[in-house]
Amino acid sequence: MTTLPAPLPTFDASTIRKRSGERNITLYAGLTLFALIVLAAVFAPLLTSADPLQQNLLQARLAPGSPGHLLGTDDLGRDVLSRILYGARVDLRVGVLAVVTPLVIGSILGLLCGWWGRWFDTIVMRLVDIVVAFPFYVLVIALVFALGQGTKSIYIAISAVGWVAYCRIVRGQVLVAKEQEYALAARASGLPTWRILLRHLLPNVILQAIVYAMSDIVLSILAIVTLSYLGLGVAPPSPEWGSMIAEGQNSLLTQWYLATIPGLCVVVVGLALALIADGLVNQFNKR
Amino acid sequence: MTAPAQSGPAAPVLEAVDLHVEIPLPMGQLKAVRGVSLSVGAGEAVGLVGESGCGKSITLRALLGLLPVPARVTGGALLLDGVDVLGMAERRRQRALTDAISMVFQDSLTALNPVMRVGDQIAEVPRRRLGMSKAEAHARAIDLMDQVGIPEPEQRYRAYPHQLSGGMRQRICIAIAMSTEPRVILADEPTTALDVTIQAQVLAVIDKLRVERELGLVLVSHDLAVVSQTCSRIYVMYAGRVVEAGQSLPLLTRSEHPYTDALLRSVPDPDATVERLASIPGQPPMLVDVPPGCAFAPRCTFARDVCTADPNPPELEPVSVGGSHTTACVRHQDIDLASGAVSAFVAEKEA
Amino acid sequence: MQYALYVVRRLLTLVPVLLGITFVVFLLLKLIPGDPAVTLLGVHATPASVAELHKQMGLDKPLYQQYLSFLGHALQGNLGVSYQYRGVSVSSLVFGNLAPTLWLIVVGMFFAIVITVPLAMISANKPGSATDGAVRAIPLIGIGLPSFWVGVMLILLLGLKVKILPVSGFGEGFTGHVQHIILPALTIALAQLPILIRSLRASMLEVLVSDYIVTAKAKGLSRSRVMFGHALRNAGVASVTVLGVNLAYLIGSTVAVEKVFALNGVGFEMYNAILGRDLPVVQAITLIFAVLVVMVNLLTDLAHAALDPRVRLG
Repeated sequence: MTTLPAPLPTFDASTIRKRSGERNITLYAGLTLFALIVLAAVFAPLLTSADPLQQNLLQARLAPGSPGHLLGTDDLGRDVLSRILYGARVDLRVGVLAVVTPLVIGSILGLLCGWWGRWFDTIVMRLVDIVVAFPFYVLVIALVFALGQGTKSIYIAISAVGWVAYCRIVRGQVLVAKEQEYALAARASGLPTWRILLRHLLPNVILQAIVYAMSDIVLSILAIVTLSYLGLGVAPPSPEWGSMIAEGQNSLLTQWYLATIPGLCVVVVGLALALIADGLVNQFNKR
Repeated sequence: MTAPAQSGPAAPVLEAVDLHVEIPLPMGQLKAVRGVSLSVGAGEAVGLVGESGCGKSITLRALLGLLPVPARVTGGALLLDGVDVLGMAERRRQRALTDAISMVFQDSLTALNPVMRVGDQIAEVPRRRLGMSKAEAHARAIDLMDQVGIPEPEQRYRAYPHQLSGGMRQRICIAIAMSTEPRVILADEPTTALDVTIQAQVLAVIDKLRVERELGLVLVSHDLAVVSQTCSRIYVMYAGRVVEAGQSLPLLTRSEHPYTDALLRSVPDPDATVERLASIPGQPPMLVDVPPGCAFAPRCTFARDVCTADPNPPELEPVSVGGSHTTACVRHQDIDLASGAVSAFVAEKEA
Repeated sequence: MQYALYVVRRLLTLVPVLLGITFVVFLLLKLIPGDPAVTLLGVHATPASVAELHKQMGLDKPLYQQYLSFLGHALQGNLGVSYQYRGVSVSSLVFGNLAPTLWLIVVGMFFAIVITVPLAMISANKPGSATDGAVRAIPLIGIGLPSFWVGVMLILLLGLKVKILPVSGFGEGFTGHVQHIILPALTIALAQLPILIRSLRASMLEVLVSDYIVTAKAKGLSRSRVMFGHALRNAGVASVTVLGVNLAYLIGSTVAVEKVFALNGVGFEMYNAILGRDLPVVQAITLIFAVLVVMVNLLTDLAHAALDPRVRLG
């Protein structure tokens, strides 16, 4: 039969939406914003001379814009700006660190599940099913309650719950990647398994996990803030955004900004990390 | 309300005149359709053939008034019963076009709503637009399913698309197309996705309906055999333009354009992953920066300087004075194409 | 028929998960440093009375027997006795407070859907427009929204500045409940919004360029019929799963949100139990919440299968 080559597949608008060569504004905006926040937290002593713990009842309840207290003072006369900046140190540190352990553990388990399969995969995936059956906050709260208040318990609790997401993401990626030609070639060449996993598979499957880690940092910051709001997180009087909101809620009518400002800070951190995550996705899609 | 009798059977229901379609891209305007004129009359079947990306599918979507975003019509006229619809307000134009025209797609699986029962998809227009009661619409759907040759339509009514075979699904698509009581059917590679044995049956259904209901049919296909069996006239498209048009038999037996000739000669490799014509070296031009003159010249063995001398693309001109067979090849009188290709094609058709 | 089979298959998968959940909750007890009998009796208790209580509580038996008896009691609805309120059974404490939490989840979900669907539809209808830009900014800004803070802000704006809605408690009678649930439910809905809008908009965009939408348009159907009758249902199929996953997160955030609004639901009870170091209550509520999530996942899976006939085969 006389035939022409197969026809053009149905026209798809998405194929022409991809723009090559466009600068990744989203990524740079996110990185810049996040860098500014981190710098502000690191150099807090340079940005404010006020002690976040120093009480001064004579200077209590000053409105934002008061001389010497840019964001005002709270019920006990503590400087809000310095409490925000020092609070950022706590929340950012815990938020970022609480993601590292789950990222490592979850990725390793996911790698092994996807590569090895069999009984190991079955057991780990059953475990995953059980962990995801608990609402994130409830399990974290229950674990912190059982382990005792404090940042150490928060690390452990978030790690115990958070690895699940990474395990699922990496496992899915490995299942696809191990059938790709480069992985088959590496297997055929007789390289040791650990080398195939670390040098050939991991670099290809870890990107998704890292993108997820960006929003996971936001999630763990939210967890710390929530725990502290409930009185299970960082012990007072250490400055921390969640406990600042809890304290501010008591004087909501007279000093609305006490509860408002720390919440806005969490939102801005979330925005920065969301931009980074979106930017990373764009970056990978471009390649 | 029958149209007054006009000169001969050729009074077109749907006619495109010098139609232009452009797609804005970051690197510039992609001129997907560059001045296509075609027409189809009641009860007439015309074919539109060409390589991948030549603009056939986009032309079809433009005729229906449903171009994919962000493509848009940038020039020309679209006449429905002699009335230009492009000047109408969008809502009215859409109404006029969808009332008169239906479309059948290549891939019946994607063309059907996966979460809706196939019968409901057929009954939707009778129910929602033709003002029938639920029972009447149901009966109409069953009737249509029967007409397109679906056995046991009552049971199949309740099926979901994924539960039917490809051939049955394509029949459902045809029934949906018929449910609007159209006067023209646009079929975009309607049998390409089907098994060879099913292809003929589905084509027969379309052709039967065309004859019975005096439908106009525009059949897009890369399969010259399919087109030549079904259509009385053929348009050959290349790089967004019609390069040759005419009655099927003269066009296929005495093609007057080197591109048509190359199409007829080409024997496709069924295992080829890259879509290209074995017998024509090179690739169709990117339609962002259109080369001057005849777009086929860079790939044409007969090309001379004269082919690209005029920056404008060559217009269709009659092969013989007063004839309906037209070609856009400026050298058609100098070259002789009617040689091996035709005999090979005819021989295959006979076989 | 096919659907019934699917339901049965899906129900069977619940068994191992429920066993696992109860085991994890049981282990919470073991994580706590110190001896529960000593906690109950006080540090001055004699070794004999501690041993006696151990025997009563079954703590002298091997771990698996302790778990089996915990499981057996739990199945009979016996979740132990509260430490904080002596003599009050945990199950009466927990189930007595379940209603406000269920209200909160259901009304919150309703608000979330009612806000998400039109925004995502408008946005996907004209991609690149100013409205679309605004809708796309919601997920970026919203990802870092602490749900309890949203509640505090709503109290500030709608409860205190404009005194139109009550800001704490659950109220009396049906209308009272409705009035009192609006702000907490809105809080939960707003915290859900970013992820829901993002996913529904993405699926709508994908669906709107598909062939069957062209088919529907070519039928000459009205714009709203195409959008709601054909596009929304298909886009909804993908979003139902996201909704289910998200709902688990939402259920977790009820603890803090109920605290904000002093809504006496299970979450608020958990907060009180934490303050009172009331382990059996914390344990029981953790279990109840997990069971709720499992039920929600079951429902979303069943809804998914009902919406999408293709799933039932799988």
